[in-house]
Amino acid sequence: MPVIPINYYIFLSLALFTIGIVGVLTRRNAIIIFMCIELMLNAVNVLLVAFSKMHHVAAFALDRATTAGTEAQLFVFFIMVVAAAEVTVGLAIIVMLYRNIHSVDINFLNRLKH
Amino acid sequence: MHINEILFWFLTALALFSAMMVVFSKNPVHSVLWLIMVFMAITGHYIIMNAQFLAIVNMIVYAGAIMVLFLFVIMFMNLNAESEPQKSKWMKFAAVLSGGSLMLILIAALKDNDGFISSMRGEGSIGLIKNLGKVLFTDYVVPFEISSILFLSAMVGAIVLGKKDSSTIVS
Repeated sequence: MPVIPINYYIFLSLALFTIGIVGVLTRRNAIIIFMCIELMLNAVNVLLVAFSKMHHVAAFALDRATTAGTEAQLFVFFIMVVAAAEVTVGLAIIVMLYRNIHSVDINFLNRLKH
Repeated sequence: MHINEILFWFLTALALFSAMMVVFSKNPVHSVLWLIMVFMAITGHYIIMNAQFLAIVNMIVYAGAIMVLFLFVIMFMNLNAESEPQKSKWMKFAAVLSGGSLMLILIAALKDNDGFISSMRGEGSIGLIKNLGKVLFTDYVVPFEISSILFLSAMVGAIVLGKKDSSTIVS
């Protein structure tokens, strides 16, 4: 019976999340920054599914007919729904930005403070 | 090593390498394609964990719909020139340093647990469509309907934002 410790999934998720943060902090292209935010969302999703599975395995040892861990997977489903809506609005904002300043460089956005 | 462990390490290496290539690629189109690779690796992780419904939804929604939307916007703006202005070297160094220290702190805070994931015979039916659909349409039917309203408002918002109007910023 193969056993994978939950720590491995935590480390994978943290590494993906950190790569997303570094991408947000280092790049200047608004679309790349948006993609890095998607990466961070997916890191959270992986961790939720891993915890759901861990909870289910622990509950299954006591009760063979348990459905423990279903809620976490539904949360991941709702996160995906919200992410899809967010991408729609975010890309519309980026298109509007490009139409106004003819670039997607976020450093031009400091004009917003005037 | 069992086949699950081999697949776990392969998919982890693929996900991390592709995620780094998303950040370090100069061309935005290449970034999108590497991000699709990350989503495929994550889909593989879901399949290993027997979350089959989420694997399919991840594949269809993320790798299918959202990434096509990104690619469409990038090609629409003709952004695939490789002449993006870069941040200064010190800014990049500080960003990597702060990200790395955040990861170290989170690992130090979360490493002390002894949970595990195993795949026994006969278990793991919670990730199937039958179970998830039953719970979604009985206990979580109100959030489901609210999310449909959210989609409607997001659609209206995207159309309103994307509409051409005369009130542009004077640049």
